[in-house]
Amino acid sequence: MNAQPMSSMNRVLTTISHKEPDRVPLFLCLSFYGAKELGMTVPEYFKKPENVVAAQLAMREKYQNDCLYSFFYASIELEAFGSETIFVDDGPPNAGAPVLRTIDDVFRLEPPEIDTSPGLTRVLRATEMLKERVGNEVPIIGIVMSPFSLPVIQIGFEKYLEMIYFRKDAFERLMEVNDSFCAAWANAQLAAGATAIGIFDPLSSPSLIEKPTYIRTGYPVAQRFISKIKGATAIHLASGLTLPVVREIAETGAAILGFGVADDPVALKKEAEGRICLLGNLNGLEMTHWTKERAHRTVKTVIDQFGKGGGFILSDGHGEIPWQVPEEILIAVSEAVQLYGNYPLE
Amino acid sequence: MYIKECFYTSKREGESLRMYKFNGLAEDFEQALLNTDRVVATSIFRRYAEATEGFSHIERLVVNTLDQIGEKWERGIVSLAQVYMSGRICEELIDEYLPVAAVKRRESPRIAIAMLIDQHALGKRIVTSVLRAAGYNVIDFGQGLTSESLVEKTIESRIEILLISTLMYRSALKVRELRDRFERAGYPVKIIVGGAPFRLDEGLWERVGADAGSRKASDIFALLEKEVLS
Repeated sequence: MNAQPMSSMNRVLTTISHKEPDRVPLFLCLSFYGAKELGMTVPEYFKKPENVVAAQLAMREKYQNDCLYSFFYASIELEAFGSETIFVDDGPPNAGAPVLRTIDDVFRLEPPEIDTSPGLTRVLRATEMLKERVGNEVPIIGIVMSPFSLPVIQIGFEKYLEMIYFRKDAFERLMEVNDSFCAAWANAQLAAGATAIGIFDPLSSPSLIEKPTYIRTGYPVAQRFISKIKGATAIHLASGLTLPVVREIAETGAAILGFGVADDPVALKKEAEGRICLLGNLNGLEMTHWTKERAHRTVKTVIDQFGKGGGFILSDGHGEIPWQVPEEILIAVSEAVQLYGNYPLE
Repeated sequence: MYIKECFYTSKREGESLRMYKFNGLAEDFEQALLNTDRVVATSIFRRYAEATEGFSHIERLVVNTLDQIGEKWERGIVSLAQVYMSGRICEELIDEYLPVAAVKRRESPRIAIAMLIDQHALGKRIVTSVLRAAGYNVIDFGQGLTSESLVEKTIESRIEILLISTLMYRSALKVRELRDRFERAGYPVKIIVGGAPFRLDEGLWERVGADAGSRKASDIFALLEKEVLS
């Protein structure tokens, strides 16, 4: 074990370089959970960027988190397109009715401006404030929905699948709009101080779209999109299977791949080694009823499976910690990383 | 699974030589569905319908194929998009077949499906397609429903089996509230749940008071058989 603990930034950069840092980095993806930290309802919490900043800093201290998460909620991007968000007091905000009613509506869709959206502006302000507070000590992770996965909430899954399989013209038009918007949104967050951009892209998982169709559709979209982002990127498949597409995702230029519990750990570690840093894979839903012992045992197992040689960040497998996970379990996860995550691993 | 056993039992006993004859055809049918090739799938389906007598053969072909596709999704071999498209194509084929063959949909047990709280309804659509493709009548209560309105609709429509699909964890937890409301109303409905939260947390269906959980759409056939026979 190194005498001087590394800063969170160095710890993360070292593991991304497929080297062993002082210990396994911990990314607790705490978004609306911040409302719980401040004793607020979720809608109240997201009204002011100051709330998000206060909660992120407090939760980093409490859980020894190695990142700050400037993500608010996925449908905030849809708000820029004119859609509604449905808020509940104790859970993630959800997208309302799709902004596109018919497939042909895509031909009237234009990419919205970032600076005219109140929601996106709040995220940028929170990012700037976090950067002012932590400088380069801690990575700030901004989030963008991928151009390929965003249509699930823009038009609904069923119509989007019709587009993917049977309406190439509409699919290409929508990808053009989304690529333009998503790249501008990612770059605005980087300009505001985000260290890296996490891209939620569940549709690129073979659990949702079969690989041959992904290669024809989502893969070229991801390559084009990531080439426009002026900073480091991570792709998160939000609990879906990742193993069959590890090489393709690494070839998009992404440095990190978020994975869940669906994959064979040995095969996944082997496939990712030297190619892409893995981020995962605690089961957030099971964490809601874990004991502290279970938290310690699971963290140790996951570190044993993925930690060797670096290239691994401990996190949940979905990119968001559920509201119902007790605080003491998050503390137990953090303690377990300090106990079992020190390099060289035993 | 019961349906699958029936299919293979009939093959073993030689009760249906046609099933032997069309064994390769069933594989081609599955491949056409996975390729989302409506033209080829329709052609195979029609040839099979012309060469066999009675809806039971058609039902076995469709149910068995959709079940195989569901199994492959469980094993990570096919995608949810393929499961969805296969279900939709089979539903269209059966919609076309039933009136021509003068076959009525099964009205018993009375089944309804709904999204509790959530709006995004792909899972509900897949289960509906799979059931309709097997000849069941399914009442769709829609999405974004509260437990209160769902209890009202269920009682009003005299539903015996209520299928609940959820996407969000918070919505899955609301099944407990739904169960409590049914108990207070003294209405003995069977609740079968499915969706991402129940896949990621295997014991969740029991903790929220459902009668069964379904990991994939075609599990519903075995659950219904069990329910109907019990």
